[in-house]
Amino acid sequence: MHTFFLTVALIVLAAVLLSLYRVVRGPVVIDRIIGVNVTGTKTITVILLTGFLFDRVEFFIDIAFVYALINFIGVLALSRYLEQRGVTPRRPTS
Amino acid sequence: MTFVAMVLVLAGVFFLTMGGVGLVRFPDFYTRMHAAGKCDTLGVLLVLVGLAIFEGFTLASAKILLIAVFLFLTSPTATHAIARAALTHKVELWTTEGRSEP
Repeated sequence: MHTFFLTVALIVLAAVLLSLYRVVRGPVVIDRIIGVNVTGTKTITVILLTGFLFDRVEFFIDIAFVYALINFIGVLALSRYLEQRGVTPRRPTS
Repeated sequence: MTFVAMVLVLAGVFFLTMGGVGLVRFPDFYTRMHAAGKCDTLGVLLVLVGLAIFEGFTLASAKILLIAVFLFLTSPTATHAIARAALTHKVELWTTEGRSEP
């Protein structure tokens, strides 16, 4: 079971790298925000799997819950701010 | 019971990975939003329910289910807020003829 959790956590970390690529190379600023949102959601899974790996689920659950709260409030504040200030539409450099 | 948990976790990891691939591969902001919003919500929900089943009837599994309910409420809300900010300021839309305004 330990190997299973380790494998799953490594696969999710690879998916986190895929979404971090969008954060680095987002053509518009709002692409970066959605990349950050997806990264945070996947990190919650990685935190819980780390708790199962080290047999300390009770502690890591609270960390994951606080992480979910901060992620949600941060993304919501950023999107409201950009809605007022305006997204500068640029041509993507693809 | 462990087998059910493993199947749920593997299904969730599949959806998470497909969401990441879609976030990289899709050509447009709105299509990327489509991949990220739905795949992430379903994938995290499946993984958390699988982990709760693996844990059994304890306080920890109740907390994991609480996180799942919280994510199920907040993840579509965040996605909707981002999409609304993009639509208000007319982020470019991808078409087959080229790029155009929405």
